[in-house]
Amino acid sequence: MASPESAVNGPTMTAGAASKSLRNAFGGVIAFIILVLIGVLAFSIRLFSVIKYESVIHEFDPYFNYRVTQFLSKNGIYDFWNWFDDRTWYPLGRVIGGTVYPGLTLTAGTIWKVVNSLNIPLSVETVCVFTAPIFSAFASWAAYLLTKEVKGPGAGLTAAALLAMVPSYISRSVAGSYDNEAVAIFALVFTFYLYIKTLNTGSLFYATLNALAYFYMVCSWGGYTFIINLIPMHVLLCIVTGRYSSRLYIAYAPLVVLGTLLASLVPVVGFNAVLTSEHFASFLVFIIIHVVALAYYIKGILSPKMFKVAVTLVVSAGLAVCCAVIAILIAVVASSPTKGWSGRSLTLLDPTYASKYIPIIASVSEHQPPTWPSYFMDINVLAFLVPAGIIACFMPLTDSSSFVILYIVTSVYFSGVMVRLMLVLAPAACILSGIALSEAFNVLTRSIKFQLPGIAGNPSIAVRMWCIMSTSKENGSSTVVAPNDIPKTEEAAKEKPAKKNRKKEKENVEKKPTPSKTEKRLLVLPLEASVIAVLLLVLLGAFYVVHCVWAAAEAYSAPSIVLTSHSNDGGLHVFDDFREAYSWLSHNTDVDDKVASWWDYGYQTTAMANRTVLVDNNTWNNTHIATVGTAMSSPEKQAWEIFHSLDVKYVLVVFGGVVGYPSDDINKFLWMVRIGGGVFPHIKEPDYLRDGQYRIDAQATPTMLNCLMYKLSYFRFVETDGKGFDRVRRTEIGKKHFKLTHFEEVFTTHHWMVRIYKLKPQRNRIRGKTKKSKSSRSVSSKRDVRGKRNPWH
Amino acid sequence: MGRSSSTVKETQALFQSLRSAYAATPNNLKIIDLYVGFAVLTAVIQVVYMAVVGSFPFNSFLSGVLSCIGTAVLAVCLRIQVNKDNKNKLQDVAPERAFADFILCNLVLHLVIMNFLG
Repeated sequence: MASPESAVNGPTMTAGAASKSLRNAFGGVIAFIILVLIGVLAFSIRLFSVIKYESVIHEFDPYFNYRVTQFLSKNGIYDFWNWFDDRTWYPLGRVIGGTVYPGLTLTAGTIWKVVNSLNIPLSVETVCVFTAPIFSAFASWAAYLLTKEVKGPGAGLTAAALLAMVPSYISRSVAGSYDNEAVAIFALVFTFYLYIKTLNTGSLFYATLNALAYFYMVCSWGGYTFIINLIPMHVLLCIVTGRYSSRLYIAYAPLVVLGTLLASLVPVVGFNAVLTSEHFASFLVFIIIHVVALAYYIKGILSPKMFKVAVTLVVSAGLAVCCAVIAILIAVVASSPTKGWSGRSLTLLDPTYASKYIPIIASVSEHQPPTWPSYFMDINVLAFLVPAGIIACFMPLTDSSSFVILYIVTSVYFSGVMVRLMLVLAPAACILSGIALSEAFNVLTRSIKFQLPGIAGNPSIAVRMWCIMSTSKENGSSTVVAPNDIPKTEEAAKEKPAKKNRKKEKENVEKKPTPSKTEKRLLVLPLEASVIAVLLLVLLGAFYVVHCVWAAAEAYSAPSIVLTSHSNDGGLHVFDDFREAYSWLSHNTDVDDKVASWWDYGYQTTAMANRTVLVDNNTWNNTHIATVGTAMSSPEKQAWEIFHSLDVKYVLVVFGGVVGYPSDDINKFLWMVRIGGGVFPHIKEPDYLRDGQYRIDAQATPTMLNCLMYKLSYFRFVETDGKGFDRVRRTEIGKKHFKLTHFEEVFTTHHWMVRIYKLKPQRNRIRGKTKKSKSSRSVSSKRDVRGKRNPWH
Repeated sequence: MGRSSSTVKETQALFQSLRSAYAATPNNLKIIDLYVGFAVLTAVIQVVYMAVVGSFPFNSFLSGVLSCIGTAVLAVCLRIQVNKDNKNKLQDVAPERAFADFILCNLVLHLVIMNFLG
């Protein structure tokens, strides 16, 4: 869609001007309608899970957010801000107000309150389920605004349409996926849009809005550090490439001050906004931009000779001061073991860091590097439209297009480190692909237009269609020539290859600056070729749409709390075991009973079963998780003692052997051993391995066959098919007939997927020797110090 | 030595030319510069005070210093927008509009400061 923007030196007929304004208005209406349709599309494509299953919250993390939103809606914001949760991480508790990013819950809570005050009776769950699709519509509109600032409204509409459907974004924002990224991606794109707008207009009003949008982003997601590092990088890039202007100062300096203050307002971030290394880049560039601004100011008011004197003076004196300051800074930062960075940020910079030092971060499946097919699955055709977009951004290179290029380069790097960061790549890919497609359509439709008979001879339309700076020998003739555009701009002459921008070094952009007049010969392709090219591009778009709808329907709509499978006669079989187990817990146990399970199920247990848990998905306390992992890996008696010391009443395990559910606790067992062994050295991983593998069949080690996880998973398993064939591990189990001495089974769900056990109370009467003499004898035998003591003996 | 005396003379000439060039700026810009200088001076006094007394409570220190630096930065932005030499580089914004934006931004800044002051 090529809509002429700048004032054109065309024929000054009033009829022409009127028709131009009418066409502008018509174009505006069409653009508005398209945007509304894009919003509807973004909302509807995320509704597959609601249609296929039901309106339910998915996965694990959204259940925590849902529980927090319930609390907020019931008790108001002051209680929410000061909430200390004692029903999780027993006996430690968790300060919810200080450790949660409140943006999502406050947004949903506000929507619920507003809607209910209008007497529309939506429940909290409905609002939570549909928050993500609504905000994905907003994100598409924000992408339109951002790309419009960079290239124009045509590119904006294409980018918005692409973002509405891209599978990577759908995967984290389906209806029911009530997680931080649902609103955070909207906040991210919107903040970037306001930054670019401030950069383009130099207005302080947009700078204020930019800071407020950044505040909303800090409230919503821990990924805000991406913004506060990308924007300083871009400012530095602009300074280094000689693009410093006063607009850059207005865009950056208020953002740093106001943004740091606003970020410290959020309790999760607090003083980290000024103390951690993630924010130091912004301060450094803040100082640099002031130095540069001062230098430009002095250069403006002095004569060149005097300026040289000033430079030599300042350089000699300032260098000494600079070195001193930098030395102090390095000493302060190097004194902390992680150099001031948090564990998660270090994982991003050094992908092997987590596997060496922090097994919990390494164990999360979302933190693994992505495979090549996942790129094609998640961003599809955008993967090869992005390089075309990068080239299009270079012609011409403006501040905003350099920002977009930097954004895509950094997000491609980070998406290569962690799968879940492909989500940050998605908006950048959509923006650049939108630019590429829009430019391609520009060229092709222009070629068609010029070569259609009857139009070529009309000079007014020809002149109006050409976007030019100044033309001297322009005629409306259609020349089928011009191998290349030769854009000659002043900025091209000023560009020096910057070390920071790797992309520029890779591409050889030919610039031949001519001093006198600027002219641009436009590219016109043969008619048949351009018609076929237009058709092929439309076909490409069709393939993209088909893939996105398929991905949304089949791959990303599973709520993972309800599983389905198709039986041989075409019927649908539903596995609702998780909710069955949680509702059993909530109906058949006391309110204050503690439930122990692996940390994956903590959020769901507190939200749906409303029982206190030991560990949950927040994983903030590694030792506590290691305690649970040790208990699961120990024999029955030791495990009983660990759980008894923590007041646990029930133990919950997930077992997939009967139906073939692969994400059960036996498959996660290696992490229990590793994390437990990382803190308690008496758990040694080789004890559980046979030939370097975890086995549960007859070849398994005795430690494995005696550990609590094995026993709780396979208790009475032989009764299902008589042989004890585990469908996930595809073998028969090793120990088939055994009794539990310290636990008793209280509930097993319909498909044996969740099994709940109760700790047997201590015996009142001990047969044989009394406990006192037994303990005295065992104390004397423990006098010799062994390297690895089991603290629970 | 001759070189050092020439550098001294050059420095003196430099400062003189700086002073004369600065005296040529219009009065409204000089008022803004005075305000910026005052804000930065206040910030420096606060930092020195913190170095003497200690940094508890840290949020008060942070909000105090950042409010000074914030108003200084915003005043510099106002100066950029109001400066007649910048007409060609910035969008055409009237000085009244620039001042209104300045007031708005300061309002937001001080709202946040008041909240964070503790």
